[in-house]
Amino acid sequence: MSQPSQLHENKPPVYPAVNYLNADRGVWSWLTTIDHKRIGVMYLISVMIAFLLGGIFAMALRVELLTPGPTIMGANTYNRMFTLHGVVMIFLFMIPAIPGVFGNFCLPLMLGAKDVAFPKLNLLSLYLYWTGATLVLAGMVMGGTDTGWTFYTPYSTTTPTTLFPVLLGIFILGFSSIVTGLNFIVTIHTLRAPGMGWMRMQLFVWAIYATSIIQVLATPVIGLTVLLVGIEKVGGFGLFDATRGGDPVLFEHMFWFYSHPAVYIMVLPAMGVVSEAIAAFSRKNIFGYKMIAYSSLGIAFVGFFAWGHHLFVSGQSPFNDGAFAVISMLVGVFTAIKVFNWVATLYRGAIAVKTPLIYICGFLFFIVFGGMTGIAVATVSLDVHWHDTYFVIAHFHFIMVGAVIMAFLIAVHYWFPKMFGRMYHEGWGMVAASLIVLGFNATFIPQFLLGNAGMPRRYYMYPERFQALNVASTAGASLLAFGFVIILIYLIYALVRGEVAGDNPWDSRGYEWMTTSPPPKHNFDETPIITKDPHSYQEPGEEVEHVVI
Amino acid sequence: MTALDDLMRRLLWLPDARSTFAVPVDRLHFFVITVTMIASTITGLLAFIFFFKYRARRPKQSTPVVVPSVKFELVVIGVPLFFFLLWFVQGFKDYVWYTTPPKNATDVYVMAKKWMWKFSYGGEGPNAIGTLHVPANRPVRLLMTSRDVIHSFFVPDFRIKQDVLPGRYTETWFEATKPGRYQILCSQYCGTWHSQMWGEIVVMPGPEYDQWMIDQKRGLAERVDTGGDDGPSFHGSIVEYGKKIAMAQGCVKCHSLDGEPHIGPTWLDLYGKREVLESGDTIVVDEAYLTDSMIDPRGKIVKGYKPVMPTYKGRLAAPEAAALVEFIKSLRTQNLETVPSKEAIYEPAKPAPRK
Repeated sequence: MSQPSQLHENKPPVYPAVNYLNADRGVWSWLTTIDHKRIGVMYLISVMIAFLLGGIFAMALRVELLTPGPTIMGANTYNRMFTLHGVVMIFLFMIPAIPGVFGNFCLPLMLGAKDVAFPKLNLLSLYLYWTGATLVLAGMVMGGTDTGWTFYTPYSTTTPTTLFPVLLGIFILGFSSIVTGLNFIVTIHTLRAPGMGWMRMQLFVWAIYATSIIQVLATPVIGLTVLLVGIEKVGGFGLFDATRGGDPVLFEHMFWFYSHPAVYIMVLPAMGVVSEAIAAFSRKNIFGYKMIAYSSLGIAFVGFFAWGHHLFVSGQSPFNDGAFAVISMLVGVFTAIKVFNWVATLYRGAIAVKTPLIYICGFLFFIVFGGMTGIAVATVSLDVHWHDTYFVIAHFHFIMVGAVIMAFLIAVHYWFPKMFGRMYHEGWGMVAASLIVLGFNATFIPQFLLGNAGMPRRYYMYPERFQALNVASTAGASLLAFGFVIILIYLIYALVRGEVAGDNPWDSRGYEWMTTSPPPKHNFDETPIITKDPHSYQEPGEEVEHVVI
Repeated sequence: MTALDDLMRRLLWLPDARSTFAVPVDRLHFFVITVTMIASTITGLLAFIFFFKYRARRPKQSTPVVVPSVKFELVVIGVPLFFFLLWFVQGFKDYVWYTTPPKNATDVYVMAKKWMWKFSYGGEGPNAIGTLHVPANRPVRLLMTSRDVIHSFFVPDFRIKQDVLPGRYTETWFEATKPGRYQILCSQYCGTWHSQMWGEIVVMPGPEYDQWMIDQKRGLAERVDTGGDDGPSFHGSIVEYGKKIAMAQGCVKCHSLDGEPHIGPTWLDLYGKREVLESGDTIVVDEAYLTDSMIDPRGKIVKGYKPVMPTYKGRLAAPEAAALVEFIKSLRTQNLETVPSKEAIYEPAKPAPRK
């Protein structure tokens, strides 16, 4: 920042001489570290590389779709490309992103702990991630999978392309996810600082807790499922093969039994980030703390029983369709509760309009639009037309990109000074944020309309009437990409030359800011004792105005 | 109302509504999407306004503690729930109607394979690849199966879509409201040329369609059928084809065609009959049951019969199974009785009764 913010105190901030970044030196000290903060940083680098790869694939797809016929690649390349985009973005970026990076980095700090409960398991989860990621990418280089990230049988079991390394990679990535989830659950149960009851945990901790439960309970199912597909592909047992007495739809049920809750593995941490940032930037007690905390658990619970809404046109019985539709709508109710609470938190706050706020504004619009179009596709009669069209693509990108990546960017900007002790350039931050919110709308709103017009997903060539909207979407995507490039540049610059941020540049009351930024190796010089509710901006002795709405 | 509907369709890039199902679907669509747009804009705008209205005015500014009242919580939960349930009720009502084909529908068999659609008409009709001729203002039921991977039959103008599965029959139906040509798209990813697996529905005025069908039947004798790799090619109607298969596969050794009791249930008037199973359940004999019984004969045995039928899994191609079903459907007397089959006369060797 070029000038100190008006919210800062007037003494110059100090960069702590010894911190977790420089306490040990050398690459080996990083690769063998059991420090949750360093593991978080390594996760950050890894998922950013994955995001870059996935983004490049996305741009290639968008360029291909500029014309109705072939543009820059052949049909088989296109099919491998969208598979690659989906697999990399979901398994290598979205699922580990917020829990892996910010869960690891912030969770122990927020609990007032020195580390997670099982630091070595934590490192193992990172190595499992790297192993899985390498296998997935190797499989893609070795020949490429063309099944889509959904691996529907019997297509996946009969395709001539390389499948096994990718499935094995996902199987191993699943263990990484389970180990992380287990570690966080135990950490939250056992390592809270003195005075921190369950109702004094920050909302990000609640969100990570709910996420971890899903990770531990649902991930084994995807492991099992991809293993069965692998066995079927190699051994030919006919589990999902109708000609040998198997059932291809069984795969769909098993796949979505994980992959629907997996959406909440991605979204719940995002919601946690937003709760933290909204409280910090409006200097306000979070409105309806308990409602937000319990609705996280509510989403985690009902999320397990909603998978059938992916199968409305699969020939499932109409009774099942109806039951799954109602359950899916409950997720919408829990989400609505959170949205109301976030907006109400802004009410009568003292809001510092910084870069993360732009993303928060975008996030609130996207999650309501994305969430309610989710309700729309859960309305069975409407889903018949929209199923497997770009409407669904646009809907889940509103949630995955609009909500989760916005939250990821909020987290990056909010916790960047915490992680590295330096500030990025606020002006460029604002520019990039505006570009991304704008570019996102320009990319995905045309895709809703494409879905209405009837363009199915995974189409390499399409009827000419869909071209105008496809061109609009590609134009939006390039804006979006441009925004990400700007962020990458100013963050790397900030790492090296950024101004020293000080311990608590936002004057946040999150417990993670009670220590220096960047924190020392063991987080706290003395164990903190928690005496107040979380997100509390009242000074002791201050006269507090209470308002009921 | 229709003018407003058309305006909304144009704004939302929806194709024209050309089936009876499309109209209620579009109305609900407009309702849901309008509320969605209003709600999300209000949320985003409200946040934006708050940023200015409640911006920080001095460092360390203190803020009030705002807490929700019970009334607020009830509104927050109640309002979304009210809208969601309203949409669900209307949507599910339309959906149940959509998943229940009318009794008088014309049947067409659809067989999907990479990357084409094949159609066979019930009764004495012709076969076709890629183009489906149907009458306007009459319900048409599609009985669909795939011979390789999962496909999905999607007609945007009719707002219908149904996955087409290997080893299973799924059905959908529609009633086109205006003559014209409408595109069929495959919407379930099925490999290299998934994006080119297109077909066309030609909707003709009723009388024109009837004449077309007569012409087709007349021309059938001279037509060279394109059975291709789906089995032996056959010249003639699907029913005759089915009869030929029934003879060739030996079905008629156990199933009579004239109502006489035999080892298996007679095929005369079998279609549409209500049967009591060994398990005590009652089923109606439909396409799905007939197909299931060819693939897995011992799964659902009619009471009084023995599980002696071998499986025809792998021995019947999808069009052959469809032809057999059509043949069975063609066997009916004037007065269809919906009573269980008469008991079998076949009595396998029982252990001798103890004296």
